[in-house]
Amino acid sequence: MLGVYGLGGALGVLAVAALLATLTRSALALVYPLCAIAAVVLGAVDLHVLLSDGSLSASLPLGLPTIGLRLRLDPLSAFFGIVVNGGVLAASLYGLGLDRRTELTPRVEPLFPIFAAAMNLVLIADDAYGFLFFWELMSLSSWALVVARHTDPESRRAGHLYLVMAALGTVSLLFAFGGLAGPAGGYSFEAIRALPPGPAVAALVLAAALVGCGSKGGLIPLHAWLPLAHPAAPSHVSALMSGVMTKVAIYGFMRIAFDLLGPPAWWWALPPIVLGALTAVLGLLYAVLDRDLKRVLAYSTVENVGVIFVALGLALAFKANAFSAAAAVALTAALLHVLNHSWFKSLLFLGAGAVLHATGRRDLDGLGGLIRAMPRTAVLFLVGALAISALPPLNGFVSEWLLFQAVLAGPTLPQASLHFAAPAVGAMLALAAALAAACFVRVYGTAFLGRPRSVEAARAHDVAVVQQVAMGLLALLCILGGLLGGPLAGALGPLVREIANSALAAGGGPTPLSLVAFDARRSVYDAPVIALFVAIASLTTLVIVHRISERRTRRGPAWDCGFPDPSPATQYTASSFAQPLRRVYGTVAFAARETVTMPPPGDRAPAHFSVALVDYAWRIFYAGPARAVLGLAQRLNALQFLTIRRYLVLMFAALVILLSIAAVTT
Amino acid sequence: MTPAIVVQFLAQGAQMFLVLLIAPLAVGVTRRVKARLMRRQGAPLLQGYRDLAKLVRKESVLAESASWLFRTAPYLVFALTWVAAALVPSFASGLMFNWAADVVALVALLGAARALLALAGMDVGTSFGGIGSSREMMIATLAEPAMMLIVLTFAIAAGTTRLAGVADFFIAEPIAVRVSLALSLVALVIVALAENARIPVDNPVTHLELTMVHEAMVLEYSGRHLALIEAASMLKLTLYLSLLICLFVPFGMAPAAAGLGGWLIGTLAWSAKLLLGAALLGVWEVSIAKMRVFRLPDFLGVAFVFAFIAILLAYLSRGATV
Repeated sequence: MLGVYGLGGALGVLAVAALLATLTRSALALVYPLCAIAAVVLGAVDLHVLLSDGSLSASLPLGLPTIGLRLRLDPLSAFFGIVVNGGVLAASLYGLGLDRRTELTPRVEPLFPIFAAAMNLVLIADDAYGFLFFWELMSLSSWALVVARHTDPESRRAGHLYLVMAALGTVSLLFAFGGLAGPAGGYSFEAIRALPPGPAVAALVLAAALVGCGSKGGLIPLHAWLPLAHPAAPSHVSALMSGVMTKVAIYGFMRIAFDLLGPPAWWWALPPIVLGALTAVLGLLYAVLDRDLKRVLAYSTVENVGVIFVALGLALAFKANAFSAAAAVALTAALLHVLNHSWFKSLLFLGAGAVLHATGRRDLDGLGGLIRAMPRTAVLFLVGALAISALPPLNGFVSEWLLFQAVLAGPTLPQASLHFAAPAVGAMLALAAALAAACFVRVYGTAFLGRPRSVEAARAHDVAVVQQVAMGLLALLCILGGLLGGPLAGALGPLVREIANSALAAGGGPTPLSLVAFDARRSVYDAPVIALFVAIASLTTLVIVHRISERRTRRGPAWDCGFPDPSPATQYTASSFAQPLRRVYGTVAFAARETVTMPPPGDRAPAHFSVALVDYAWRIFYAGPARAVLGLAQRLNALQFLTIRRYLVLMFAALVILLSIAAVTT
Repeated sequence: MTPAIVVQFLAQGAQMFLVLLIAPLAVGVTRRVKARLMRRQGAPLLQGYRDLAKLVRKESVLAESASWLFRTAPYLVFALTWVAAALVPSFASGLMFNWAADVVALVALLGAARALLALAGMDVGTSFGGIGSSREMMIATLAEPAMMLIVLTFAIAAGTTRLAGVADFFIAEPIAVRVSLALSLVALVIVALAENARIPVDNPVTHLELTMVHEAMVLEYSGRHLALIEAASMLKLTLYLSLLICLFVPFGMAPAAAGLGGWLIGTLAWSAKLLLGAALLGVWEVSIAKMRVFRLPDFLGVAFVFAFIAILLAYLSRGATV
């Protein structure tokens, strides 16, 4: 009972925070402390439910007249609740450091608690109506946060596209729930679970769910709004949208595909695996060619959502074939990646916010040398960048490792298409991992290393202490999550067992903290041992080298093959770093073409260099349909200017046609 | 602590120092073979050790714009590579580390070392450092998927991702001529050449500006820092040679339960195979020219395609392992 009160109280606190901030300007500063408290309480309740493997439920006389508003917090919701509230806590801590006079506005702060509450409510909704209502609340509040800087035309464009895509997503989810409820119209999740739909309806529901949740999560080709909208919001809101809201989309997909739709068929696995793998690689190719710091991070979110969908698809495939051990590995990989991505992506967005605050710039080619100007942010951002590149011993690698183990079980799948999809997916995941490393070396190398490329970058300073604490907490989680992958997977055991009928063997490895996939004879990853040996090796090397070497270190001008140029413009920029990758991958994926225009000999005009990229996804899935809709609207426009007789004729004709259809079908 | 664990620990330690000890010799052999084939006298076999000793004792010159990352990276790169090298079974298959991490982790550890080095290359803010880092990461995006497919092929064949388990499997099961293994061998050799910055991907002896990749990245290093980076790349070469040995010619390696005698034979067999591999590398390097950077996708693409065909064949031939 305490849990229900905790949930209700915390959500009430969020509502009060929103209300106060709407009413008076002086209450704006209260929003973040209240949100932080609510996030702690909500997170504690979620943690308790997840670890005790129980559930909380409540029913309110709101919503649909027949069933009311049903709320239920089961382990799956609780797990995602931990993800959400961890992100909300970090973002609120970061918000505490915002300047009261200049940085708090009535356009952002009142909406922040609504957004946080809406995400929590989507997770605990236990009927279709409530789910869709809160989902829409989440979309609209985040949309309002995106257009907070409405004077910027780019923000407005992002807001417009986001609104269209959010509407598309909600409509498809509406169809999905309509299919799930069936002709009887049982909209509570309990009723849906009792009566799972037949195979044809299930296929339609799955497609609708993939469109609805994929558009929120950024699955290619539904990703186009995400790299525009996420960066347009204030940075701590970007952290929430990218780190956390995409996870709510994953939750929606999991709730439908693993819970409401009943036992899976093997072919359900194909769309998430194929789309996910494409998304993973293409998302990073976009990221590696982009020059805007926050947009790169948003594209990398697209990639990570793809990775999670691949893991979920594999889990579906194994579950459908009753390979429960493999399903458990894939599902644990998916859940851990959800958790890990929410940590490092929030950390990176908060870091980007710190950079934006300190320099006023987000273009990578205008930054540089921040490791000296903002030393603390630089260290924390480095942790996030290495973690997201899936490098051991940080947390990104733990989920990546588990995912590869799941891919390795691919040969056991009896269906030919899945059998052969597995190695292809393995290759694409490896490519995505390598591209992620390249992408974040590029981001960190141009923004934080080297020499400052602008006055603002040279004059930057670290952000407020509480903001450093927010980033520090997330960085700590990235490190701990990397070392304690085994215990974390163990804690997820009950949830995974509930869905996959099996869980990872906890503590079956050679040391208590090791992560074991399948069994210890087959695959073990012991991050603490590896980290310990790397630490011992580097420290002994340090001691020995310092003992025998001449310890003096001289500072001098850079060597640079003998011709160092003092101008910071001679450094490699983000664009030049991306050039080899653009030539290798961009020519295929984006039809990249480089044009160099040289003036004729003797002419002293400057030479020109330009790069042309084609965004096929935009061209096919956005520009084309938009043109078609506009064209159709123009044609139909004539219908608005008819005489009353013609309208009457049209209505009569419609009636006759409908009646004749009814006569034929009955 | 039982005596068995102590012995295990000591054996693991012995392996760590053995790879460290033999790595400069392997590079020396390669250089010597190259020199002799070009009818040069060549440096003595032990020149690698002398170079390292010289560099360690020299003072280190840091660029004015270098940050702490530049000074820390060499130690971490060296340590990561060293631990990775110790993960590959050399003289025995049943050592302690074999339980700590598998091939996927091995590839990732090398990836971590590479990312740190690439960051260090960007740190001073010169054009050469950037060119090296950017090309190194581009090559990595081509080589790493191929590498991952190769190790997965072996993992599928042996039913485990632990390298020692794979080695045990191939020691126990007489190697039949398998198409997938032959393709993997070609692919792994190509990846090894790329990862170690050898000809035709990169030239370890060149300092001609526009052709440098690895050397451009570490151009600003000197003294003890350079010594560590050189040592790390020597270790990496030993690692890849050991990996090839462990996967394709594991005979002589002491199985898990072997005693001191087995380990001694294992050490001798491994050292001989390693030095032979280093000599073969020398022969290969004098018989081929370096490629242009943008021809590399084709070259590494061959590795990828071979690895992909290999894994498809492995998937076909192997059914249930779960």
